Amino acid sequence: MKPKYLKALGFNTIAVFLSLLAFIPIYIVVVNALKDKTSASAMGIDFPTTFHFDNFLTVFEKGKLGQSFFNSMLYSVTSTVIGTILAAMAAFGLARSRTRFNRIIYFFLIMGIALPTNYVTLTQVMQVTHLINSQLGIIILYAAGQIPFGVFLMYGFVQTVPRELDEAAIIDGCNPLQLFFVVILPLLIPALVTLSVLSFLGAWSDFIAPLYFLDNSTYWPMTLAIYNFFGQFQSDWSLVSADILLTIMPVLLVYLAAQRFILSGLTTGAVKG
Amino acid sequence: MQRSKALVKETKTEASIKNKVRFKRTPYPFYFVVGALTLYLIFAVIPSLIGLLYSFTDWNSYTTEINFVGFANFATIFSSDENYLSYIKNTLVFTVVTIILKTVLGLLFALLLTDGVKKLSHFHRLIIYLPVVLPTLVVGLVFKSILNPQTGVLNEFLRGVGLSGLAQKWLVDANIALFSIIGVDTWKGVGYIMVILLAGLQAIPRDYYEAAEIDGASFWQRLWHVTLPLLMPVLTVTTVLNLLYGLKVFDIVYALTNGGPGYATDVVYTSVFKEYGQGRYGVASALSTVLFIIMIVFGYFVIRLMTRKTEVE
Repeated sequence: MKPKYLKALGFNTIAVFLSLLAFIPIYIVVVNALKDKTSASAMGIDFPTTFHFDNFLTVFEKGKLGQSFFNSMLYSVTSTVIGTILAAMAAFGLARSRTRFNRIIYFFLIMGIALPTNYVTLTQVMQVTHLINSQLGIIILYAAGQIPFGVFLMYGFVQTVPRELDEAAIIDGCNPLQLFFVVILPLLIPALVTLSVLSFLGAWSDFIAPLYFLDNSTYWPMTLAIYNFFGQFQSDWSLVSADILLTIMPVLLVYLAAQRFILSGLTTGAVKG
Repeated sequence: MQRSKALVKETKTEASIKNKVRFKRTPYPFYFVVGALTLYLIFAVIPSLIGLLYSFTDWNSYTTEINFVGFANFATIFSSDENYLSYIKNTLVFTVVTIILKTVLGLLFALLLTDGVKKLSHFHRLIIYLPVVLPTLVVGLVFKSILNPQTGVLNEFLRGVGLSGLAQKWLVDANIALFSIIGVDTWKGVGYIMVILLAGLQAIPRDYYEAAEIDGASFWQRLWHVTLPLLMPVLTVTTVLNLLYGLKVFDIVYALTNGGPGYATDVVYTSVFKEYGQGRYGVASALSTVLFIIMIVFGYFVIRLMTRKTEVE
């Protein structure tokens, strides 16, 4: 009995150690965001002696974070709404009428999960479509980027919705759009939440697209603003930490609130497919 | 002969009329797909195809003229006078080492959370997955400070426990900088692999383990003869995911070293970004193309290798 107990203790200790290891960088950011400039200079793990909440105010003023925060929200939320709905519509159309042509289209679409982005030529496309240096451009780009995985995820889920519902709705006189938006979409909500959360987090964390396609700093999202801010205030880790904390706060909140959906979405494709 | 042909024709037209009628009545019209397909074509497929074409040109920002140059860009990339081969080598080292680290550690963590830890399993999964959702840029900045040779937490810790010999110039020493990046990337990404493998482990029926236990199989025997063969399809998926990610890696390198010191940690995509910045679009496109070919070849062999293994078992 005793060795088993010891074994369990050992395993639990290792697990706690791993969790600590995963959490330490966030801890470092939190404590240093509350220190003053000198005590934060080494980004140490020691607890702050006095709490400097004014760091957050300073960051907002100096880093113009209000604008960036708004931009990040605008890009992440709108692109997620557009991308998720388009992906769900396409998945519904393709999964319900499985002609040979539609199957080819499906595979063609999900091939995009593996297709690497060619930013050089994408720049040209953005110029031709007049979407470079524009907020709309970033939104459409993110929405487009969510399509392949989105179609893949929704395709599997649409199949779990019984076809009889479609037939009943059609007999009741629904046109295709009503059928989709009024009858089907509400039933897809669990999958829609999963996809939205993953898309939102992806768009919020990205900085490559703005790096290539946004010159105007008033359009920058949090991630790019932070990088620029770091360049300016490299010596002041307390401000950089405060800035980082503000950037990751929405991510942490969304993650904690929706972790069930995130984890289920990840494993859907990998384990069943 | 004539008649049978006519018959075929007739049935064909009949079928097409039927199709048309059905198409008109279908509750699943093709316009449902058009939105997604259009965005995908314009922003993913067309850039890739144009890129393929530009790989064979001398397109750059200095001249307006674009000339077809055959394989000249590829010759530049593969010539020993240039650094491109070392970028490709760095990319491959990054990819292979992260695949091994994330798979081995991810599997060990997943086993730990399935068998070793019972009550707090969900809590640990939540925390170990947390780095995955953090923005890479943020991870890069924080680890820049943690890995600082003089003031960083890691070296402070190593000196504190009397292991100052292990304290390195993590991101500054050209010989180990790439491996420091690999370490940070593994820290960030291992939770992702762990979560997928956890779900894979939970899908394995308990009966197999009970049978193995009755036969007196040890932990390692069970792992080797029961878990791994049954987990192989999921391991294939994680390996392909890791492979695609590793070959395309950009942001973690950009955030930690931006390819430095010198070119020691430059990978294909940071190099594409630099070429692009210098206006050498032709070479940048060719580099992307080379990477794409590597991706297809590697992906093919990984899938073949791993599916064959399960067949043998």
